[in-house]
This record gives sequence, C-alpha cells and structure tokens, in this order.
Amino acid sequence: MKYLLLNYMNETTMLSLPKEDAGRMHAAYMAYVDAMNKAGVLLANHGLRPTSEATTVRAPGGKQTVLDGPFAETKEQLGGYFLIEVADLDAALSWAARCPGAELGAIEVRPVWG
Amino acid sequence: MGIVAKTAEAVARASYGKLVAFLAARTRDVAGAEDALSEAFAAALADWPQSGIPRSPEAWLLTVARRKLIDTARRRRTSDEAAPTLALLADELDEGDGRMEIPDERLRLMFACAHPAIDAGVRAPLILQAVLGFDAPRIASAFLVAPATMSQRLVRAKNRLRQAGIPFHIPERDELAPRLEAVLEAIYAVYAEGWADPAGTHARSRGLAEEGIALGRVVVALVSEEPEALGLLALMLHAEARRDARRDRRGEFVPLDFQDPARWDAALIDEAETLLFAASRMGRPGRFQLEAAVQSAHAARRLTGATDWDAIVQLYDALLAHMPSIVVAINRAVALAQRLGGSEGAAEGLAALDALQHGRELADYQPYWAARAALLARAGNATEAIEAYRRAIGLESDPAVRRFLQTELARVAT
Repeated sequence: MKYLLLNYMNETTMLSLPKEDAGRMHAAYMAYVDAMNKAGVLLANHGLRPTSEATTVRAPGGKQTVLDGPFAETKEQLGGYFLIEVADLDAALSWAARCPGAELGAIEVRPVWG
Repeated sequence: MGIVAKTAEAVARASYGKLVAFLAARTRDVAGAEDALSEAFAAALADWPQSGIPRSPEAWLLTVARRKLIDTARRRRTSDEAAPTLALLADELDEGDGRMEIPDERLRLMFACAHPAIDAGVRAPLILQAVLGFDAPRIASAFLVAPATMSQRLVRAKNRLRQAGIPFHIPERDELAPRLEAVLEAIYAVYAEGWADPAGTHARSRGLAEEGIALGRVVVALVSEEPEALGLLALMLHAEARRDARRDRRGEFVPLDFQDPARWDAALIDEAETLLFAASRMGRPGRFQLEAAVQSAHAARRLTGATDWDAIVQLYDALLAHMPSIVVAINRAVALAQRLGGSEGAAEGLAALDALQHGRELADYQPYWAARAALLARAGNATEAIEAYRRAIGLESDPAVRRFLQTELARVAT
C-alpha cells in the first residue's frame, strides 16, 4: 500500500528555531530519510519552501485567477512530504511517528489511489 | 462538577471493570454489558440529583444495567441468544436489593479477553476497554493504530467473544499456566506502551503504566500462588521505580547505566524484591521472573555501586533458552560487552549481534541499530558507528532519545 505522509508545521516556529536546534532537526530529517531508504520503503520525498513563496491558480468557470500565497491561510502549513510503500496503515503510522516533524507539527497519513 | 457527577465518576473509575465483568460473565456479551452500563451511568446522572446518591452506588448501577440488558434481550426475543441471557440475568435479579456484595470477576473477564481464539494483537486493547473502560481513540493512540481501525478490531473481538462461546472462567489448574501467560503478556503490553511512551511525561497523564501495574495487582491478589504473576508485577515495579531517573532536569534522556540510583524509587524496588523472592521460593521459574531478575540485578547497583554483568549475562542465557526473541538476544549482546568491558568486550558484543539473522525485521528495528552503534563506537570503528547511529536516529520516535543519540553521534564524529 502506498501512503503519502504530509508534514505540517508552523513555518514561523520552524524559521525562528535557534541555529543549533535547526541544525539538529535537519540532521534528524536526513537520518529519517536514510532509515526509510535502507528499510526500502521510501518512493519519493521533498521539502517545500515557505508558503510565502507560493502562488495559487484557480479557474472557476474557465476564468483564471492567479493569487500570491497558499490556497488557504492555516495555522500550520505543508512543509514537505514522504511517499512510502508499506504493508498497511499500522506500518505507515509507525513511520509517521518517527518523523522528526511530529515533535513540532503534525503528520497527516493519506492512502494513495491505485 | 457537582457532587453527583463526581460520585458517578468515582464509581465509574473504581467499579467499571467489576461491573462489566459481572454482567458479561453471565451473557458473554461484552459490548452489550458496556452499553447497558453506560446507559446506567446516564440514568444515575439524571436520577441521583433528585433522589439522592444511593447507599450503594455500585449495586444501584448494576441493577439498572441488568434491567437494560433484560429489556434488550426481550426486544430480540426471536433470536436464540435472548433466552439464555434472560435466564442468566433473571436468576440473580432478585438478590439485587442493594446490599449484595458484587463479586470481583475481572480476572475471568481478562481470561476471556486473552483467550487463544482472540487475535493476540487485540488482547491488550480489549482488556483496556473491557476492564478499564478506555475508549477506542485513547487505546488507538497508545498502540499507534488508527482510531477507526482500533474500533473495528475491538468490535470484531467482542463479537468473537460472544459468538465463539469463549468461557468466562478461570481455567483449571492444569491449563492455567499457558492461559495465564496470555493474560500476563497482555497486561505487560499495557504497561510497556505506557513505559515506551515518547517523552515519558505523557505516560503519566495517560496513566497506562499505572493501569498495567493495577491490573498486575488484581491478578496477584487473585492467583497469588502463580509465580509468573508475581514475576510480572515485580518486573513492572522495577521499571516503574526508574521512571523519573530516565530524564534529567532538562528533560533529556538518561540511559540506565548513567542513572543515579539515588533517583530510583526505593519503596517500589523493595516491593518488587519481596515479590520476586516469594516467586522464586515456588520453584517454577519463567519468563517474567527471569526478566524481573535482570532488573533486580540492575537495581542492586544502588547498594553495591557496581553492576554484576556476569549474573545478567547468565539470566539472559536462561531467558533465551526459555523464550528466544530478538530483544533478548540484543540485550544479551550488550551485557556480554559490558561483562568483559573495553574494546574486547565491544568486539564480543558485536560478534553476538552479527550472529543474529540479518532479516528484514532488523532493517527498521531501532534497538538493534542503537546497540550496534554504541558497541561500534566503543570498538573504535567510527565510520560504521556513525552509520549505525544515523540508522538509530532515523528510526527513533522519542525526541529525547533522538537528541541523546545525536549527541553520541557528534562525540564519535569528532
């Protein structure tokens, strides 16, 4: 089964982490990705630049609008994702719990179609 | 909260398992017993403010819950299940004049929940719900399972209890030991979830460790001549004694070997030692007694100032013979390294780790990589130690332990 782990976090909190904590968090993410690769479960992953750099496109009734910013203002923002392939939801949840981002934010686990 | 709500809540906390056990033992219908009981609690909240808190709130709740069960059974009179339910409940209804002593049948309920016909993975969650009244989302969080999935598993298990005709009784002597093992394992799983809880502090508020110990006490009180029941309680008390010492003042992780014995809870250790001694006199060793003995050997450091690693290795050897498991094998490898000490000891420990099957199960097994990393570091193999530390860090879900491993990694890398 494929699952997408969506890593939500408060961007302001993340960007204002003391340098030492930020470094440790970064290293923890690298180790996490490494462990997923070694366990053979990781299909793809990326970190996202802040939502301040986002652009949102809509075309209601064919009429295009382009707006600066994310699709919605939320307290926590999507900061990255991990696409994994594991046996079941239980296994996906245990990988989500290991994500360093779970300490400061939330990991949404979504089954993928197909 | 008013006095009525407070009383109802206190009775709910103290008597929930007892009342479910009493009702379900007669109907084999745990879900039905839970429903009837929750209706009885709702009735209490409506009735008690007017008519006052009854002399025996427990008996009052039981009487109301039984009536609800009988009503439900009458409504499905057509079904075959209804007749025995009605008969069983009606038998005793007349005795319920409010002065009856309600027998403690929680152990019977636990034996039913831990029956071999119930999937092993759902036994501990089922006990948490049926005996302690935990709701599915709380159990799901403890066992890291989706709440919807946990609800389904619990419903399925309760249906199986009812339909498969699983008996609510304490097994006869000759079949008691193997069945008791399943009960004890489920209780230990409850405790271990509380113990392994990230941050440790959450475990206290969630109280799983305390509930595990409380269940252990119930079992010891009811089968005090079973040494493994005593062994499990001793094991949990030893672990509990060290709970606070696992974190320093800043909330950082402190591994066992670096803990200050002065921070261990002496009263809990003494209680554990008394239980273990009583168990050992019964002359029937087992898995929980051996594990408690390992913890007892660690606890001895508070008196002797040193750890008897030779004794610990021997206990792990005995445990491996008794119950081969990857956890025990890893702990034994670490104990081997400690016994000899230095880089020679580390090499012996690493050899023992290498001898384990390098199957897929180790690829995401954190304790293996953490043990391996520490031994590699001590053996002076920095390159492989760094690699193993990274694996352990990536697989760890407790932030405090993750930070500890990162500090260890930094030490090796420089």
